[in-house]
Amino acid sequence: MEISDARKNSKLIIDGVLYNVEEAEFTKPGKGRSVYRLRLKNLRDGGIIDRTYRSGEKLDEARLDTQDEQYLYREGDQYVFMDIKTFDQHPVPEKLLGIKKNFLKEGMEVVMLMYGDEPIDVTLPITIDLKVIETEISTKTATITPQMKSSILETGYRIDTPSFIKVGDVIKVDTRSGNYVERVSTGK
Amino acid sequence: MVEDEPERLTRLGPNLQRRALIYGYIRDFFREQGFLEVETPIRAPAIAPEPFIIPFQSEDCFLSTSPELHMKRLLAAGYEKIFQFSHCFRKGERGRWHNPEFIMLEWYRTGANYNKIIQDIEQLILTLAIKLGLKNIIKYRGQDIDISLPWPRSTVREAYINAAGWDPVNEHDSLRFDTDFVTRVLPGFKTNRPTVLIDYPAAMASLARLKPDDPIVAERAEVFIGGLELANAYSELIDVKEQEKRFQEAIEQIQRERQQQMPVPDKFLESVARLPECGGVALGIDRLVMLFCDADSIDDVMAFTVDDA
Repeated sequence: MEISDARKNSKLIIDGVLYNVEEAEFTKPGKGRSVYRLRLKNLRDGGIIDRTYRSGEKLDEARLDTQDEQYLYREGDQYVFMDIKTFDQHPVPEKLLGIKKNFLKEGMEVVMLMYGDEPIDVTLPITIDLKVIETEISTKTATITPQMKSSILETGYRIDTPSFIKVGDVIKVDTRSGNYVERVSTGK
Repeated sequence: MVEDEPERLTRLGPNLQRRALIYGYIRDFFREQGFLEVETPIRAPAIAPEPFIIPFQSEDCFLSTSPELHMKRLLAAGYEKIFQFSHCFRKGERGRWHNPEFIMLEWYRTGANYNKIIQDIEQLILTLAIKLGLKNIIKYRGQDIDISLPWPRSTVREAYINAAGWDPVNEHDSLRFDTDFVTRVLPGFKTNRPTVLIDYPAAMASLARLKPDDPIVAERAEVFIGGLELANAYSELIDVKEQEKRFQEAIEQIQRERQQQMPVPDKFLESVARLPECGGVALGIDRLVMLFCDADSIDDVMAFTVDDA
């Protein structure tokens, strides 16, 4: 592919290594040449590198497949998923999951991105509903902006929520940003 | 993204309101100084050949990449102070700071050089900030930018020696010039003040005249605020022979590198003989609006980008 076609989340092979494009930035001094700056994540060790390309340069795009998998359990820093067709199990290292590790509930179905036999990335729903298991007692200080406080969800994820959220409430969380969206239901 | 069109356009409301205010204030600024607002063709048989600006073709014409040539033809006919908001088109330019169709504000005045034009830019942006209630501080992307006048000037030579360790005026390497600019020079600019880069290497003069007492550099200036390249100003080249030679070199380079045939802008060249001493500038309005709206992307200051047109 041409460098001009590289987008965020394009998967590239550079010197035999698989990378995800984390950021693709097009810059161009008004009268000068186009310069593309890619921030790349090594999909095996999570390492980040920056590369600069000029217009017209070619990239080697990785061919990837997707399959439906189920999240089973966590073992140390590995998260184990299972192909729901073949029952093959795939451990995924924690650092590949990034923020997504906070939204995995046992038994939930995800779409796994595969490079050959190797799991590369997990696609989650944009929002997910999670139960609040711990929260601060809200203080009744009068302010103009709504008060936020810290709460802990069933997956162990710590999140800022409005002060009216109580233990047992189920809230909707945006899995891309990790932010609170709304309360889905109240606990007993 | 999950955002649909009505949601996006509603979110952009405050920015589009502010954009319209800025247009009004800019028109006031120029009218108060006796400038005439003009309009020139968006579609024309010849445009300025630029090695790294790719035009869209429209049957036997090109879409404008800048209104410069037509505006100079007006100057050559005796108009002294003119400005224009103009739709410009540049193929392949898309990113946080680019959309292939964008709005350029250009103004020209006779009897002026690039120093006078830099002062115009300073006055215009300070005036806009004051009218928008910001005084001399623009908050952009978490940074307070002090736009008190005058803004610091740096020659291209100083900027490259400090940030990249070489002198582009004495050493010709346009490839390295562009890459180092993006990766070293621009990131090295002071974040709390505008930067005015002046005196480009003669080989990158484009349509600027060479400095009379130091002809290895051109009287060309670029203005940067908050990492945004906002404006490109010249003491305009009025030497027909030199202009013809530069066009010819650009046309040959374009033929070599992109295999595109570009016509010589004959009507413009004829007018250069009558062109008085003058200065002018092209300022990217979308980026100026980004700055005043604290917008991270050009997508947040235009209702419809190329991706949702």
